[in-house]
Amino acid sequence: MKGTHNMAELSSTPLITGNLRPKDVTEDVCRPLEGKPTRLWYWGFGAALTVLALGATAVGYQVMTGIGTWGLNRTVGWGFDITNFVFWVGIGHAGTLISAVLLLFRQKWRTSINRSAEAMTIFAVCCAGIYPLIHMGRPWLCYWVFPYPNTRGPLWVNFRSALLWDVFAIGTYFTISLAFWYVGMIPDLATLRDRARGVRKKLYGWLSLGWRGTARTWSRYEVACALLAALATPLVVSVHSVVSADFATSIVPGWHTTVFPPYFVIGAIFSGFSMVLTLMLIARKVMHFENYITKKHIGAMCKVVVFTGSIVGLAYMTELFVAWYSGSVYEQFVFLNRMSGPFAWAYWIMVSCNVISPQLLWFKAVRNNLVWVFALSLVVNVGMWFERFVIIVTSLHRDFLPSSWSGYMPTLVEYGSLMFGFGLFFTLFLLFCRFLPMIAMFEVKSVLEKPKQGTPADRSTAACELKGVQS
Amino acid sequence: MRAQGGAVVSHRLHIGFFPDEETLIDAAREGRDRGMAIDDIITPYPLHGVDELMGIRRSRLPWVTLFGGAIGLAIGLGFQYWSAWSDWPLNVGGKPLDSLPAFMPVAFEMTVLFAGLITVFALLLRCGLRPGKHARDGFDLTTDHEFALILSQPDAAFRDEEFEELLVRNGASRTQEMMTEEKR
Repeated sequence: MKGTHNMAELSSTPLITGNLRPKDVTEDVCRPLEGKPTRLWYWGFGAALTVLALGATAVGYQVMTGIGTWGLNRTVGWGFDITNFVFWVGIGHAGTLISAVLLLFRQKWRTSINRSAEAMTIFAVCCAGIYPLIHMGRPWLCYWVFPYPNTRGPLWVNFRSALLWDVFAIGTYFTISLAFWYVGMIPDLATLRDRARGVRKKLYGWLSLGWRGTARTWSRYEVACALLAALATPLVVSVHSVVSADFATSIVPGWHTTVFPPYFVIGAIFSGFSMVLTLMLIARKVMHFENYITKKHIGAMCKVVVFTGSIVGLAYMTELFVAWYSGSVYEQFVFLNRMSGPFAWAYWIMVSCNVISPQLLWFKAVRNNLVWVFALSLVVNVGMWFERFVIIVTSLHRDFLPSSWSGYMPTLVEYGSLMFGFGLFFTLFLLFCRFLPMIAMFEVKSVLEKPKQGTPADRSTAACELKGVQS
Repeated sequence: MRAQGGAVVSHRLHIGFFPDEETLIDAAREGRDRGMAIDDIITPYPLHGVDELMGIRRSRLPWVTLFGGAIGLAIGLGFQYWSAWSDWPLNVGGKPLDSLPAFMPVAFEMTVLFAGLITVFALLLRCGLRPGKHARDGFDLTTDHEFALILSQPDAAFRDEEFEELLVRNGASRTQEMMTEEKR
């Protein structure tokens, strides 16, 4: 009895609180873009730019001097650079998951967070792209990765290489995510256009492509969005599978495993959702979006985090089991070395941040406590960065030949390149908060609670039918 | 020579602005049942049920996507086979020239890339959306919170007041008349 009562209560909790009407949504989302930025925004932007400038100095110095400025050596050929690359690609995945997969599953709670999650995807992929680029040493020759007609034959790129698959996977992912994000924003840009004057009206008018929102346009628009979502969903899976193939197609013990693609994809979703939580909790507070990003949204994201975190834990255990079960001394050594060797501290940071601490999210009291959720989301971000570090560095530093064994000590320049990513990410994100609608207004308007009136029965059933097919 | 070629037909549009979707749907349904023509419905977010009311067919965009994907797949696979097998065959780590499994990731990515971009361009083209296009005037609040229903005469069967009365009775907060000229 009590159970059913609770169920009824749960389902009647509105997605968007505060009894908002469409007009309020427009006001709440557009107002921050139309006034002067707040002092908090200036501080945040200043801090992000400072971090970006420091990082850019380090990256600039490295590009001018060479990758000898990094702590890499002949045994540990990949270090911070590829760790950062995989970390940022992973962060991006939650955005696509929220916007595409949850759209296909008709999860309406995604409407308040999908826009910023997609923005996060695009900025994260920008950050990710930096690292392979600067790792080339001569980034001005980066066009060599593309198959273009050249005077050397033409000599084509090696399509059998996982690193080349990455070029295509990341390139497609970035392009499709950008297209999806932009198309999803056109109706809201039209809202901004219709409210603006002068230069802003011109700018938003140009960006909104003359959108008016007629029935025929909406009808096609929704089909197109569903199609893009259906395309983006397998894309997410393919991108991180391809990234994992950078490792899995090699013969290095600790890399050469078939569990890598699903393990990487789930890890990406795990880290991405944590980053979404971090950003959304900040945005909610700073932009006063408490009515839009409610505890219900945060609770739902926490559940995804604890679910994917548990799968990540399962993947860690699978790796250990398979290493033992394989009977291969090299495999067994790598995992024993991870747990007790020179980088054991990194391994245990990874396990405690990714597997142990997220388990707290099973408790509703923790999910409802935003300070705890924020802290845990940061912990997971740290843990997932270390996961990539552990996979890359600990697998490499003990080679097949003990004479090649070495250590790895990142230099100041590498710490600088790490900062570059974070600086770029937050700079772009703060610019986004300032100039583009952070919440998908038209989607939120479509899931608002209808005001309770004495509506005839036929009308309410019609409304239910309408709601049922709304995305 | 076609009979209606070059003729300019002007007709009067009766626009009602509604505060919510339910009242608009009711008015549109009544208008349609009485035989008025629904010229257009302009809303801040997609309303379902409107498609049936206006007799809008389901978009054929999925076919465009399929076509785009097929082109992407053909280019992706075709180029890889041509370059790696025919134009410059190269023994890479003893792998066969016909490395279909290794060619799949790039072929897949090209499929998705072409399907996605062609879908977006088809959408913009079909909806007439392009940079620099001026959005229809007089509907600035429909991107905010108003729902506009545009009715018109099918064959001079209704008086202007009948439109006005229908819109207001169903809850339109304001109404407007507009003349349009259309080349037939």
